[in-house]
Amino acid sequence: MFATLVKKRDFYAGGLMTLFGAAVTLDSMTYTLGTLTHMGPGMFPLMLGCTLTFVGVLILATAVVSPLTDNENILPRKREWRGWGCILAGPILFIILGEYFGLVLATFACVFVPALGDRTATLKGSFYLASGVTFFGVLLFVYVLKIPFPMFRLGH
Amino acid sequence: MFETALTDLWYGFGVALEPHNIMWCFIGVFAGNMVGVLPGMGALATISILLPLTFGIKPVGAILMLAGVFYGSQYGGAICSILLNLPCHPPHAVTCLDGFPLTKKGRGGAALGITVISSFVGASWGITEMIFLAPILVTVALKFGPAEICSLMLLGLLAGSTLARGSPLKGVAMTVLGLLIGIVGSDIETGTPRFTFGIPNLFDGVEIVALALGLFGIAEFMKSVNQLSEVDTKYTNVKFKDLRPTREEFRRAVPAMFRGTIIGSLCALIPGTGPTIASFISYATEKKISKTPELFGTGMIEGVACPEASTHSSVQGDFIPTMSLGIPGDAVMALILGALMIQGIVPGPQLISEHPDIFWGLIASFWIGNIILVVLNVPMIGLWVKLLTIPYKFLYPSAMFFVAIGVYSTNNDMFQVGETVLIGLIGYLLLLLDFHPAPVLLGFVLGPRFEENFRRAMLISRGDILVFVKHPISAVFIGLCVLLIVMQIYVRLRAPKALPTEMVLPTDRKVPEAAE
Repeated sequence: MFATLVKKRDFYAGGLMTLFGAAVTLDSMTYTLGTLTHMGPGMFPLMLGCTLTFVGVLILATAVVSPLTDNENILPRKREWRGWGCILAGPILFIILGEYFGLVLATFACVFVPALGDRTATLKGSFYLASGVTFFGVLLFVYVLKIPFPMFRLGH
Repeated sequence: MFETALTDLWYGFGVALEPHNIMWCFIGVFAGNMVGVLPGMGALATISILLPLTFGIKPVGAILMLAGVFYGSQYGGAICSILLNLPCHPPHAVTCLDGFPLTKKGRGGAALGITVISSFVGASWGITEMIFLAPILVTVALKFGPAEICSLMLLGLLAGSTLARGSPLKGVAMTVLGLLIGIVGSDIETGTPRFTFGIPNLFDGVEIVALALGLFGIAEFMKSVNQLSEVDTKYTNVKFKDLRPTREEFRRAVPAMFRGTIIGSLCALIPGTGPTIASFISYATEKKISKTPELFGTGMIEGVACPEASTHSSVQGDFIPTMSLGIPGDAVMALILGALMIQGIVPGPQLISEHPDIFWGLIASFWIGNIILVVLNVPMIGLWVKLLTIPYKFLYPSAMFFVAIGVYSTNNDMFQVGETVLIGLIGYLLLLLDFHPAPVLLGFVLGPRFEENFRRAMLISRGDILVFVKHPISAVFIGLCVLLIVMQIYVRLRAPKALPTEMVLPTDRKVPEAAE
């Protein structure tokens, strides 16, 4: 039975929620609980943690009783590692380049890299798109909305 | 009552017709209409992106604009459904069933024309409902003590998480997760930092913009990347003169329109059943009462008019519990409530009396916005149709920039951008595990107020947990909560799979949906 159970998506969904709920419950005990009349900071998280653990167990239970369907893969059939990687890399590059080189380079990278995540993207097309967004974006945020972010800088 | 409502409405028009407010309303509905048309973009992502830009403007303008995005996107979403057969906006998924066959028959323009009329009729009814119902709700709600507020919030959270799409249990799990994220930061009463992992940037709590853009921006982009194929533009050549329906089509659409409006306005009153469910129920009803149910799916104009009217009536009605009680019914409303709170306005029944400019200005702007939308959609249909051809591969990278800069500009803090990336990654994992992230936002927005009222109720009752069933009004809410849970269990045990909404949805098409 356990062998089919570990194939089910809900097994992981329920398990994740149970673990998370348990972690919250344990952590909330480290804060002052107080009494029901004078609740301390830990009481409400404790209640939520218990609820989440309970719901997680219920999801696990439905995974046990429901039959195995043919669509239990957690990852989609086509894995878009490049797409996912590029999308996550965009804002991370925005942070790094923004901190050290300023808004223009950060913006360019934040559009250019995610654009490359599309299977049909070309370097040239992504370059044009990134340049266009950078131009209008910087115009809008620096000159119209005036956010305090230098366009260019070197070092922190 | 009728007279006071009219005076207040008159005052509201005064607010909404101020030039800058008209401008914000126009920007909102225009942006909404645009993202509604674009396949793969949703109102939620757009409102989250625009949210940080509204910090600098006055509360009234900000709310008018963000609300405009929501109902504006409903007008645009229908175009996408009817001409491209892409159900990428959940409330308009059923419109595909009869809208696209009409397009294939060459009557796509007429379907769009009927859609605009139905939308306006539905929206008008929804707004009228709000004018009269909201003040009544407020007079009742002002008598509520902490115990009543608490149980009402519990009911709202339960309904929002179990009646929405997907498994009810997973919905509850997401709501609790949202409540927990709402706890991060310093405790209101003692100042103890909770779940901050010692990071000072988290002492003020998780930023709503970071949460929303992570869940509905980055996670959605990760889900949709490389999933949307090039759209088929064979049928998208629609011009202004094509919009005119024939006399026969109009005669058939009118009764359907009114039925849809009524269904939508009823659905709006139940928290959690937003426009999506309203449109599904109304399509099913229309099919049931029709003399020729077998013709549905082959291009019946009623199958377009009814769900569209109900969507719009429910969209406007959704604002009733949000603005009068401070209890949002879905994630979009939670965001708008979040926007109010960022502006320093406490949501709740006192909102109408303390900030009449916001409440009545918003209602008046609904009329103005809907009229602008009709004007935008009828003569300018050619422009929107052209927008349909913008490929997703250009959209999401551009949106990534707005996500990054938007989150940064909330506090001028790079830490928030990192927070968004992390939330986006977790959000995608949750999506893969079949969790719908919308209730997270609901829990997050209500969380702090829920805890505060809960603590207060316990303090007043001297630690008696039974206070929630001892007060009669509160007991009614708790009773409804129990009824809701029992109903869910009953439905699940009786018919494990066949939900009516899933039966009418075309299952052969797998198109990634943008969050509502």
